[in-house]
Amino acid sequence: MHPGAWWLWALGLAAAASRTTNPLLLMLLCAVAGHVVAARRTDAPWARSYGAFLKLGLAVLVIRLVFAFFLGSPIPGSLVLVTLPEVPLPDWAQGVRIGGRVTAEGLVFALYDGLRLATLLICVGAANALANPARLLKSLPGALYETGVAAVVAMTFAPNLVADVQRLRAARRLRGRNDKGIRALLQVGLPVLEGALERSVALAAAMDARGYGRSAKVPRTVRRTTTCLTLGGLLGVCAGSYALLASQGAAYGLPLLLGGVALAVAGLRLGGRRSIRTRYRPERWGARAWLVSGAGVAVGAVMVAAGGAFPDALHPPAVPLTTPILPLWPSAGLLMGLLPAFVAPLPDPPSPPSPPSTPSSRSPSAPEEPAP
Amino acid sequence: MIRFEQVSVRYEATATAAAVPAVQGVDLEIPEGELCLLVGPSGVGKSTLLGTVSGLVPHFTGGTLHGRVTVAGRDTRTHKPREVADVVGTVGQDPLAHFVTDTVEDELAYGMESLGLPPGTMRRRVEETLDLLGLNELRDRPIATLSGGQQQRVAIGSVLTPHPQVLVLDEPTSALDPAAAEEVLAVLQRLVHDLGTTVLMAEHRLERVVQYADQVLLLPEPGAAAQLGDPAELMALSPVRPPVVALGRLAGWSPLPLSVRDARRRAGPLREELAEAPDADSAAAARTHTEAPEDRHDRPPQSPATDADAPRPAAGSPSRLRSRLRAALLPAPRRDPHGKRESAQSAQSASWIRTGNERTEKHPEKGPRRPHARSLAHISGLTLSRGAVTALHEVDFTLRSGETVALMGRNGAGKSTLLGALVGLHTPTAGSVTVGGDDRLTPSRTRPGQLLRHVGLVPQEPRDLLYADTVAAECAAADADADAEEGTCRDLVAALLPGVSDGTHPRDLSEGQRLALALAVVLTSRPPLVLLDEPTRGLDYAAKSRLVSILRALADQRHAVVLATHDVELAAELAHRVVILAQGEIVADGPTAQVVTSSPAFAPQVAKVLAPGRWLTVPQVRAGLRAVRERGGPTGGDEGAQE
Repeated sequence: MHPGAWWLWALGLAAAASRTTNPLLLMLLCAVAGHVVAARRTDAPWARSYGAFLKLGLAVLVIRLVFAFFLGSPIPGSLVLVTLPEVPLPDWAQGVRIGGRVTAEGLVFALYDGLRLATLLICVGAANALANPARLLKSLPGALYETGVAAVVAMTFAPNLVADVQRLRAARRLRGRNDKGIRALLQVGLPVLEGALERSVALAAAMDARGYGRSAKVPRTVRRTTTCLTLGGLLGVCAGSYALLASQGAAYGLPLLLGGVALAVAGLRLGGRRSIRTRYRPERWGARAWLVSGAGVAVGAVMVAAGGAFPDALHPPAVPLTTPILPLWPSAGLLMGLLPAFVAPLPDPPSPPSPPSTPSSRSPSAPEEPAP
Repeated sequence: MIRFEQVSVRYEATATAAAVPAVQGVDLEIPEGELCLLVGPSGVGKSTLLGTVSGLVPHFTGGTLHGRVTVAGRDTRTHKPREVADVVGTVGQDPLAHFVTDTVEDELAYGMESLGLPPGTMRRRVEETLDLLGLNELRDRPIATLSGGQQQRVAIGSVLTPHPQVLVLDEPTSALDPAAAEEVLAVLQRLVHDLGTTVLMAEHRLERVVQYADQVLLLPEPGAAAQLGDPAELMALSPVRPPVVALGRLAGWSPLPLSVRDARRRAGPLREELAEAPDADSAAAARTHTEAPEDRHDRPPQSPATDADAPRPAAGSPSRLRSRLRAALLPAPRRDPHGKRESAQSAQSASWIRTGNERTEKHPEKGPRRPHARSLAHISGLTLSRGAVTALHEVDFTLRSGETVALMGRNGAGKSTLLGALVGLHTPTAGSVTVGGDDRLTPSRTRPGQLLRHVGLVPQEPRDLLYADTVAAECAAADADADAEEGTCRDLVAALLPGVSDGTHPRDLSEGQRLALALAVVLTSRPPLVLLDEPTRGLDYAAKSRLVSILRALADQRHAVVLATHDVELAAELAHRVVILAQGEIVADGPTAQVVTSSPAFAPQVAKVLAPGRWLTVPQVRAGLRAVRERGGPTGGDEGAQE
């Protein structure tokens, strides 16, 4: 299925999350995203990133709560849980507080806020786990293809770097040096960078030898027109969005923006003539893709609409403390997000476990050693 | 198809190397539809010559190309690599550095996409190639999860899909286990036969490839003229040759056999002659002969002895190497049980000789299992899992001093993991690993500095062990790491790597030299247990025979040596004991001759030719022949004529 459909679905969920602070609705959203990921992700390396996003979301939540606990909260509250000793700050630091009263209302507000952010991250993580980012870049227009490949190569750089660091730290152990601590990391830094550079050069050579960057001959006039169109289009887009966001000038902002987009698209199409590339099995936007992306968009739309109809249910007030309720209709709307778990194509059966190919990759439970 | 006209390539002078031509005066033409094997020792410019065909030399690597290379009529001087990409497919030494995308199917399509082939054609060719290379079950797999052999096949497939007329491969089978290598070679042969592809490849492991070659392009030494011709004829001139050719030369066969099959057809008389040789202690006899050439001291210097099959490394005779190594390792904590050594160097070599003789007299067959052999490492019930993968399963294994063990098995069978467990890189999931003999240390819980004294590992990529930017700095660091006396490591380097200056950057060393430097660094702390992971990858025969003499010298000094290797010839030549791993379990463990001859995949060429006789290496055969002829009078004597 087209990776763009997954991203649209996830963005719809994220849009819905950004429209509410009701913890019940947010947790329902996380559950929906999690269920779809569990039902439809593959066992490819990028699919394993979902766990990392979950942890990231949790970390965001915890950090938000810790800040609210120690730095206070702008929310006026009456239910004091504990009073910390307050650090006296000079006048110029007015508005900043360290320590002091910790109110239940402030913490609840921080919890709601952090939960919303975490849900956004989890939605992005779901898209990342379900759709191969490299395949998404394949759908870029021809003129942007070379930039896209550069981005993909850059993305594979990080995992390789991590593997190199692990291998070289293991090798330090073989030299009888400690493999823990910041010093060990710094000492392997240079060899790791050297290795990364060598690998980049080797990859560049391999790509060149396989025809990367072959281009068709394009008349000079076409090249110039492309440049003019693209530059003009981008200027139009910038000016148009500024006008739209600024307090005045919204009247000519929209046409300017649209005109800019049109020019840029024309520029990209014309620029695509230089590229002689063809696409192998381009992703098709079929009925399933419509359903998946439609489900996401619908979830977003329901929450936007519900924002007018159930303002209190979507934003349960922290002051005074109230028990959030689960509004029926918006919740039912969120459940539409589960549709992809049924309509998206099933992933292939899990492949046999891969042999451990890297010799020195360490087991996660690193050996404990007594301090020297 | 490929035409070299007076080609020479010269790289700019650097701080450490003068501007010597990497390739000189190559003037020949490789015809269409031939499988041409590029043969030559390390450093003659094989990779450079391959690079000129795809245009990567000089467009990508720099340097100056004189003369002209034309591929399918296109001059690489005027065509960039990307502009010859539709006629030349190139696969470098490391397949991982070759991949642009992350799944198998995308990788196969990548080259065609760049060339702008129509979608229908691409689809058809991807399916064809998946079938041709047997990759269909892997088509959706992420490349990172494939084994080495599979990755190599994907790399070859990815350059096949644009239907190039020429395929250029740099060491396609060096990193593969014997079975995977056969797979890849079968594919190459099919391409040549079915599609008329011209294949030009360089490979150090000639025993694997030479029988498939239609032509051999020989670069005998740096600066010498390149020769193109019939494999059998050129193998007679080549300074590097596989065991079957060496055997053919020893037996005086002409034309030389290139495959085991050819050799078997002619081997009848040789087999009969050898049948009279005492088969059982042949191994021991040969080992004494090659291993203890100290009796050379008694003979006139021109004895037609030992290593006719391998060119002599620059370092001099193995006995000299051994005494130098011994001197470097001399203040070892362990005392030689036989040595009543005084102090001077002369006395050492005397005690050395005594050791060798005593052993062969008393225990002609057992070789390494000397009475005082003590257990150095013990593994029992070791299971190691990583995530869902079980890398090792209930492995039991004991290592004794003075023993050389070859650890074999296909890619991903758990060889490296087993070595890693012995140096504490992996924590056992179940079972136990102890090293250090009576100290019974658990490697994963021992401080690296302490463990260093008991066990040392040279990893697959020796460069990982080297951090400094000169050999001297590396040695000083190694002494400091091991708390050894200053100069210990430098002495070892002098013994293992004579003629390397202090200021050399480890990166500028050849593959074999770098391995020797890493080995010297590991030996600085005098570990009784030395482990090597894939030591012969990228080594030519000269570097390999040098490694063999180093490791033999170590084993004779009662080190235990463990090699994880795919190289059956190396195992046959060196190991007392072979352990075969499959899917993390030990499936065979026993004396080399027994294990290796019982399975065709792990049998060395000589064993295949001379089966059912248990001869493993050419030196053994030579020793056997000599024994027969000495007994039966001087009948032959033609072996000396080969030198």
